[in-house]
Amino acid sequence: MATDKNTVLAIDNLTMKFGGVTAIDDLSLHVNRGEIVALIGPNGAGKTTAFNVITGVYEATSGGVSFGGSPIPKGITPDKITKLGIARTFQNIRIFGSMTVLENILVAKHMRTKQNVLTATFRLSRNEEKRVRREAEELLDDQGLLQMKDEIASSLPYGLQRHLEIARALATDPQLILLDEPAAGMNPQETQELAAFVKRIREKHGLTVFIIEHHMDLVMQISDRIYVLDFGKLIASGTPKQIQTNKRVIDAYLGSVEEDEPADIKPSALNAKKEGAVNAES
Amino acid sequence: MNNIKHRRNKKILTAVNVALLLAIYVAVFVAEQVLPQTSMLFVVLKKGSIYALIAVSMNLLNGFTGLFSLGQAGFMLIGAYVYGIFTIPEEFRQSVYQYFDGGVIHFTVPVVIALVMAGAAAAIFAALIGLPVLRLKSDYLAIATLGFAEILRALFQWKIIGPVTNGSNLLRKFPNFNDFNIKGADGKVAVYLSTLIPFIVAGICILLIVLLIRSSYGRAFRAIRDDEIAAEAMGVNLFKHKQLAFVISSFFAGVGGALLAMYQMAIQANAFTSAMTYEILLIVVIGGLGSVTGSCLGSFLFIAASEWWLRGLDGGTFLGINAPGIFRAGFRKVVFAVIIMLVVLFYRKGIMGDSEFSAKRIAERFRRIFMKRKSKIEVVENE
Repeated sequence: MATDKNTVLAIDNLTMKFGGVTAIDDLSLHVNRGEIVALIGPNGAGKTTAFNVITGVYEATSGGVSFGGSPIPKGITPDKITKLGIARTFQNIRIFGSMTVLENILVAKHMRTKQNVLTATFRLSRNEEKRVRREAEELLDDQGLLQMKDEIASSLPYGLQRHLEIARALATDPQLILLDEPAAGMNPQETQELAAFVKRIREKHGLTVFIIEHHMDLVMQISDRIYVLDFGKLIASGTPKQIQTNKRVIDAYLGSVEEDEPADIKPSALNAKKEGAVNAES
Repeated sequence: MNNIKHRRNKKILTAVNVALLLAIYVAVFVAEQVLPQTSMLFVVLKKGSIYALIAVSMNLLNGFTGLFSLGQAGFMLIGAYVYGIFTIPEEFRQSVYQYFDGGVIHFTVPVVIALVMAGAAAAIFAALIGLPVLRLKSDYLAIATLGFAEILRALFQWKIIGPVTNGSNLLRKFPNFNDFNIKGADGKVAVYLSTLIPFIVAGICILLIVLLIRSSYGRAFRAIRDDEIAAEAMGVNLFKHKQLAFVISSFFAGVGGALLAMYQMAIQANAFTSAMTYEILLIVVIGGLGSVTGSCLGSFLFIAASEWWLRGLDGGTFLGINAPGIFRAGFRKVVFAVIIMLVVLFYRKGIMGDSEFSAKRIAERFRRIFMKRKSKIEVVENE
């Protein structure tokens, strides 16, 4: 099903067990090139676990992940997966707090610089260092963070730390970026700005975006497609419209539809009969 | 405009830093020619510079990479032994290895090469134990490295390898710092270099560590310290970089061990106890985890206080007060412990924190004081 040339990320029959607990149960999904795809679901549904399996933090109990058409080998460490072209941000911000904003970006560029420890120490790869610095400053300039490049990262306000984390992920030159609740703790206006920002980085960097988020306004506004997880199982997938009207999703996660949208209730009742059979491709 | 000014300022500050460093070296050289050789100052300068190197090498690991390792004494031991074994002149081997029939090694290498070999041997050993040990984290890593250091201490006294290590007997008669003094025609020393030599060797090594810390690899090390998971997610190969930091730190600890052997003029495995590692850890923490200049300052202060300034506390008279009843053997350690506790209480992150002592810092300090004055004057004028 996910053998399309356009498929960047494909998860096939993935199961992840921690002892007796099944965090993810037979999950299959795919993300096409240039799409913004969201993964939603109640707390504890296994969304972040899915991200952790994709990025190699956990090794899947069964099933696998392929990236760009070829399967990611089992047991490969997260840094190698980042090198393949998958970058991520974290649910709880994980910037390098004692380092400057610029240094945070430079760390992300470290793996792609052509130097070894001797040429770096003896300053034989000065041009490489200059190139990386220039690229990092360009990226910061583009992100509007250049004027604070020498600030210590932990001293930035919360919103900017989130922004820096995304910028740092972009610095690894990814094809696919995984955003884990980027709007957590943001007010409505910041969330709006984030929506525009995610769309912009997709255009500008030719990125594919896979996003976990609880702000439904944001999800519905930017996603091309949505997958819904509940207790580790995929319960629905489809376009924002299809998801909004899916009975199972409403029951499990979204809650009952507000009264000013009575038109939406009927199709959802229809969908309820199909129960999770909604598919974006249909 | 601003940028050009900024860059020029930076150049000036760098020049001031270099000038300060040179001034220290010149001062050491001059002091050595002028002051009597028996002055305690030279004990502090020699041992302080050696400890500074070892402390900085430990800081690279514990302060900059965030790996809590306590194996420093073990790597120093390897360095000291390798240096001693390969530099004892052939004519002395029979007397040094008297219980082992002159030993099995019958060649010597020049001092500089022996120093590099000392570092290399410690580095190779670190690379070997790094494979299992670096899978551990924090306290567990500390315990494992401490264990390896203790094993080394016992191993080097083992009789079976006595023909190489001289068992539990001393290694002696290898070249020491006094051999670098230049003698005149009359056989008397014309130019003293015995304090400058450890300063130069330690200085070069510390410079290399600083260059490493300020390179892309140093940034990766600090990223690992700040957040291992994030560093790995940004493409930093954790094991490779931890191993690198561990091996490089051990290399310089090995060189430091060799220098310590040169200073002490004798090597005995039993002296490289875990207490030695704790002394260095103390210097690193008091100087500031993640501060190279902090480690250097800390080491000179530590050596000066423990070997020189507080000596009177053990000897009956301190600061002109003669009280043999209180100031007797062991009292120095009590006072020293209290001082250390006070320092840690008032400087929680060490003397330097994680910043560096430099011309820039001094300039900023002065600017702040000056600005405060100026604003006060302005306030007064406005009134």
